Amino acid sequence: MKLKKLAKKTLFKGGTIFDPVAAKEFKGDVLVENGKIAAVGNIADDSAEVIDCQGLVVTHGFCDLHVHFREPGREDKETLQTGSRAALAGGFTRVCAMPNTDPPIDSPESVRFIAEKAEACPIHIHPIGAATKGQLGKELTEIGGMVQEGAMAFSDDGLPIMDGSVMRRILEYGGMLDKPIINHAEDVYLRDDGVMNEGRMSTRLGLPGNPVEAEGVMVHRDLELAKLTGAKLHVPHISTASATKLVAKMKKHYERISAEVSPHHLYFTDNDLHEFNTNLKVAPPIRSKTDCMELIKGFKTGVIDCIATDHAPHTIEDKESTFDLAEFGMIGLESCLGVVLKILVHEEGIDLMTVIKALTVNPRDVMGFNSNLFIDNAPAELTVFNPSETWEFTKDDIYSKSSNSPFIGKVLTGKVKYTVVKGQLTSV
Amino acid sequence: MSLQQKHLLGLEGYPAEDIQTIIDTAFTFREVLERPIKKVPSLQGKTIVNLFFENSTRTRISFELAQKRLSADTVNFSASTSSLKKGESFKDTVQNIEAMKIDACVMRHPAPGAPLRLTEYVDAVVINAGDGTHEHPTQAILDMTSLQEKFGYLKGLKVGIVGDISHSRVALSNMHGLITMGAEVTLCGPATLIPPHIEELGVQVNCNIDEVIEWADALNVLRIQMERMGVSLFPSIREYRSLFGLTTERLAKHKKEIVIMHPGPMNRGVEIESAVADGDQAIILDQVLNGVASRMAILYLLLGGKAES
Repeated sequence: MKLKKLAKKTLFKGGTIFDPVAAKEFKGDVLVENGKIAAVGNIADDSAEVIDCQGLVVTHGFCDLHVHFREPGREDKETLQTGSRAALAGGFTRVCAMPNTDPPIDSPESVRFIAEKAEACPIHIHPIGAATKGQLGKELTEIGGMVQEGAMAFSDDGLPIMDGSVMRRILEYGGMLDKPIINHAEDVYLRDDGVMNEGRMSTRLGLPGNPVEAEGVMVHRDLELAKLTGAKLHVPHISTASATKLVAKMKKHYERISAEVSPHHLYFTDNDLHEFNTNLKVAPPIRSKTDCMELIKGFKTGVIDCIATDHAPHTIEDKESTFDLAEFGMIGLESCLGVVLKILVHEEGIDLMTVIKALTVNPRDVMGFNSNLFIDNAPAELTVFNPSETWEFTKDDIYSKSSNSPFIGKVLTGKVKYTVVKGQLTSV
Repeated sequence: MSLQQKHLLGLEGYPAEDIQTIIDTAFTFREVLERPIKKVPSLQGKTIVNLFFENSTRTRISFELAQKRLSADTVNFSASTSSLKKGESFKDTVQNIEAMKIDACVMRHPAPGAPLRLTEYVDAVVINAGDGTHEHPTQAILDMTSLQEKFGYLKGLKVGIVGDISHSRVALSNMHGLITMGAEVTLCGPATLIPPHIEELGVQVNCNIDEVIEWADALNVLRIQMERMGVSLFPSIREYRSLFGLTTERLAKHKKEIVIMHPGPMNRGVEIESAVADGDQAIILDQVLNGVASRMAILYLLLGGKAES
């Protein structure tokens, strides 16, 4: 992977342009001048540096609503800088970083710390603030002050907000400021000490199970409370059939709901855990084939709007242990496109535009970012990828500080070639 | 005579012919154990480490005796779980031991899957002596050896397993082994202690112990762990005894005399009444002796011991 400053003029020539805002695809060129979009169409410009995009897709830079960059506190796992490189390798130009750091991002000061550090990073990183102090699920954080410092949404991700009245207050307060609220939707009592999906496989392996109902009942509560308060609710890493159906049902009555799915929940099923692979230990857990199929159906029908990686780096020591003790989470930025194109486009026949929207305009709209990126003078955020290249994902493709990926050794379809953001061109 | 798999990690998917080979070989060693001189030179020069990451008395003694009877050199390692909070110490421990050139590891560990992880770190043969709530294959094999000894067959045999199935590696290994050998299995216990989706593994569930007694040829009674009471998995000892306890009174209601097993250690007066445990129907002490014979058979077959005369 190489990063360099964009030439004064760079012409992305001969690709297929996917404009996810207009939902149009066409053969054409994109001219970037001084880091901004200068023209989109059929362009000839001899003075520009030409990037040959024959056979490639040129579209908006991807936006991930759900990453863990571990800074501050666990810089041995990831930093904002190393996480940025992982993002660039995956075609992501903009990410939202979850606040479950050490200490958590639960004050205006800590939001500012992230926002300031993010400025020096080669991608756009937006802090998500903790919804409650210390992520303890009890007292509201200074949401207003955190918004002023750049927090885009509020979540205690990793830790479900178990108390319904607290969740209601967060929705009311966050709703007042028009910021989306994201709750890690698991009933902690139903989940109990579950480390994988409850089912035939957990019983076979003798591992404590986490039932699908743990997610279902929590998503149900959150949807009801969102409707009650009129707030914007974003359901993260949806993993079950029942939660998908609940979101589908509520979306008919109430608009301000969005949902994301993570690539690993589409790719793996709990049967893949048969050898106690700790890289597949993730929260929420890898579910059954039935859940997986319903997630795909939910994606197809627009119930699930966004693809988010839940990129969660961990050290070798955190994962190289017995399954019960291993940390939850996997990295996902670098492998995301290859996974979702393989499953959703090549296997399920979903059109490429729908998948691109879920990586670009939809997540930007959830957060209220500018999402119309092909208009003149918009700061260039581009991703160029080959939609049909099959390749084996290896350790060499990982730019994260950690390498806890169950995709290592898997053959994926779709490969990022160039990422453009903040005036820089990354050749992957 | 040899087995198809290098290790014995669990009985799920373990070949029927290999289970039969182990049982048949166990009977040969059972005969050795009846001799005045109980030691054979089969595993002379082989080194076995007993890695016990969790307390165990009977399984460990049984393995040690089996190893000594086969003339193997043995080393014991035990660690309290509290000192091994993280996997890396586990990895370091086993790699250290492997570096000392050993032929086999017998491992007991609180984490499901730990023996499989061990096979990734060491070249030695790995025998699972119980991994958390996953499997305990040698216990299941000794149970099947005892059933075969008592009945002469396993195919078609009706076996009930009673107690805390959710937290029992003994139940899981017994189920897999018995089903593979053509026996029928019914699980019985409080609904809170029956693991979800267990029927999908080919067993029946019946929470009425009287019906299970009526149906079964043999009943394997599991130890009930008192600490489960506090987390509302069952309300009280009194209630457990009344709904699931195996008493002479309960057995007397049924005409058929069934065989009673228990993997130990027993809570006399809770899951099993003393009179039943010590009665004619119980083969609990045969299980103990068969435990040594079965483990001798497993070690002998996995370590490629020379046939002895």
